Amino acid sequence: MSMLATLITVVIVSTLGGWMFRFAGQKTTQNTPYFRDMPYGVAVGYILGAIVVLWLAQTYYLGRTLEAPAANKYFFFVKAIDLFIIFALAAYVFRIFGRHVGTSATRKLFRSMPVTAAFGVMIIIIYTIMAIFAGLIAPYGQDQVFPLANIVPGGDPALGGNPDFPLGTDQIGRDILSRLIFGAQNTVGIAFATTCLAFFIGSSLGFLAATVGGWVDQLLSRAVDVLMAIPALIFALLLMTIASAWAGSDKGLLTLYMVVIIAVIDSTRVFRLARAVGQNIVVMDYIEAAKLRGEGLAYLVFREILPNATAPLLAEFGLRFCFVFLTIASLSFLGVGIQPPLADWGTMVRDMSQFINFAAFAPSVAVAPLLAAGAIALLTVGVNFVVDWMLHKSSGLKE
Amino acid sequence: MGSLIRIVSQRLALGFLTLVVVSFVIFVAVNAMPGDFAQAILGQGYTEEAGAAIRREVGLDKPYFVRYFSWLADALRGDFGTSFAQTSFAAYAGSGTGSGLGTVAAQLAPRFANTMFLATVAASIAVPVSLTLGLLAALYRNTIFDRVVNIFTLSSISSPEFFMAYILILLLAVLNPILPSLSNIFDGMSFSERLNRTLLPALTLTLIVTAHMMRMTRAAIINLLASPYIEMARLKGISPMRVIVVHALPNALAPIINVIALNLAYLITGVVVVEVVFVYPGIGQLFVDSVKNRDIPVVQASCLIFAGAYILLNLTADVMSILSNPRLRHPK
Repeated sequence: MSMLATLITVVIVSTLGGWMFRFAGQKTTQNTPYFRDMPYGVAVGYILGAIVVLWLAQTYYLGRTLEAPAANKYFFFVKAIDLFIIFALAAYVFRIFGRHVGTSATRKLFRSMPVTAAFGVMIIIIYTIMAIFAGLIAPYGQDQVFPLANIVPGGDPALGGNPDFPLGTDQIGRDILSRLIFGAQNTVGIAFATTCLAFFIGSSLGFLAATVGGWVDQLLSRAVDVLMAIPALIFALLLMTIASAWAGSDKGLLTLYMVVIIAVIDSTRVFRLARAVGQNIVVMDYIEAAKLRGEGLAYLVFREILPNATAPLLAEFGLRFCFVFLTIASLSFLGVGIQPPLADWGTMVRDMSQFINFAAFAPSVAVAPLLAAGAIALLTVGVNFVVDWMLHKSSGLKE
Repeated sequence: MGSLIRIVSQRLALGFLTLVVVSFVIFVAVNAMPGDFAQAILGQGYTEEAGAAIRREVGLDKPYFVRYFSWLADALRGDFGTSFAQTSFAAYAGSGTGSGLGTVAAQLAPRFANTMFLATVAASIAVPVSLTLGLLAALYRNTIFDRVVNIFTLSSISSPEFFMAYILILLLAVLNPILPSLSNIFDGMSFSERLNRTLLPALTLTLIVTAHMMRMTRAAIINLLASPYIEMARLKGISPMRVIVVHALPNALAPIINVIALNLAYLITGVVVVEVVFVYPGIGQLFVDSVKNRDIPVVQASCLIFAGAYILLNLTADVMSILSNPRLRHPK
């Protein structure tokens, strides 16, 4: 019942405190318009915000000062706050860095950038570097098995760690840090290839439908309508069942099938956008001129329409990448996506998820599955922040 | 009024047609499986006679379209065939006897009820919370509150479902043991106990869906705030809260209802991953298990149910937006 008591206290303090805060503000600042016109709800909001900040600070302080068994409860909290502060500072420094280094165009871009978007750009750059140079950065190979299984993350021998494996090893003795780094290469790389394929299929068919029109347009659009009527993840799972029967025991082939399946499912969304954008372009005079010149269909689609449709397609690319990435991660998590021995974040979460139950008495054990899941979340959050900023900028919303 | 009924019935007919075509797509996809069905079931015990008997039993000796229509007709009557995973076919191989649980419908029915319960609990938390948050964010737009809510919702939209699920397990089940982390639900459980076990998966779904609904609510209301009649209401000296609730909200209702219906449709997809994480005995978990075991009749049936629910909710969104928009109600 202590929770109920806390809740009642918070409600009473905020309702009374809100009124007192506004009143005190009016008195001390000689009734400035800000406090005079402040609605009661806003005043209560300030007090609630202050309570939350105080609670965060108190919990953080407890987690920092308490000794081992009592501090376990606050371990993740402290780590989360630490990470948040580190990332926020890094994004801030990165933005300052971007404002002073580089060409004048990028400097101008960074000047108008909110911290969240700078954070997104930073995350994307880090992941790209990790994905490209995974073989050089990672201390071990992704499928290298050591005799030391189930080493606890943290590298402290007293707690069952090992300095050679800073993030520990999994059940069959593979280094988790290396697998996380190779996961960037596999998961992000496959998601990127899938998105590119989806864009190639979707946009060429979409532009084709827009250019040719008539029964081709009708046929393609109705086919896309039907495919979109089945939820994407469900359809992907259904097709993966069939693909796994075709692929047999060839794991690499199954991964290839997965790329094609997800690309086809996702290309329906791209098709819709490409067709809509293309229809606005085909009525232009320069398309008419190109048609009169006797240009072929391929020229019209790739040389006339595509260059004029890149801007909306690029923003869509970010969103679709997130979607594809999450679908692949979900499929791998469910056990039908990227196949071992390739290291992959979704599979890692599934394999190590049981460790979360040890969080109460050995918090560092529970870190491993959350790291893999967090790696997925971090990238999608970063990309979404960037896309959000780009959309906001291009829509010209001021309010 | 007559034209309204015509439009709505047109949409309903279109939805039904889509469902039929989707069922055909599912059927074609499943029939693209390589290998012989009877051989796959019987495994070691395959003989010519047993194989032929099974093929005759499930109608595999009939032509393609005949099979499709008989499957569809059975499915519409609620008969989804026999599950491979159950032992009923073992009778042909000469060991054991068929059991009553062999039919797909018998497996699906209780799980379907469980999934609907989970989705209902999630929706009944998510809808009020997201509407309130969206209204508040529109009211206090461009303040710290708005920005904090924006960052939180964007993060929860873009995180994978299982990440959210494990964070909630960590916080509410392991570190602070308030709710059970496994949702083992069985018959004859009291309602409060059932709710208690469903709450954690429902909260996960809520977190994912709320973010989207809240952002759309905020965007729909802010879109309207530039219109002249809002300006008028403001100039009359009405309080900002009243402007939004009385003047803006009724006109933003159409897009908001649309978004709610679309998100309920999204719940159906999201349910798969969440059910697997919490071992919740719903259709999603059964679906994933059957995908792994290649239990085709179950995969087919659950796919059809998911697609049907998805189409139905999208249709509802469509019809609702027609009903709440006078311009669509009286087309030129």
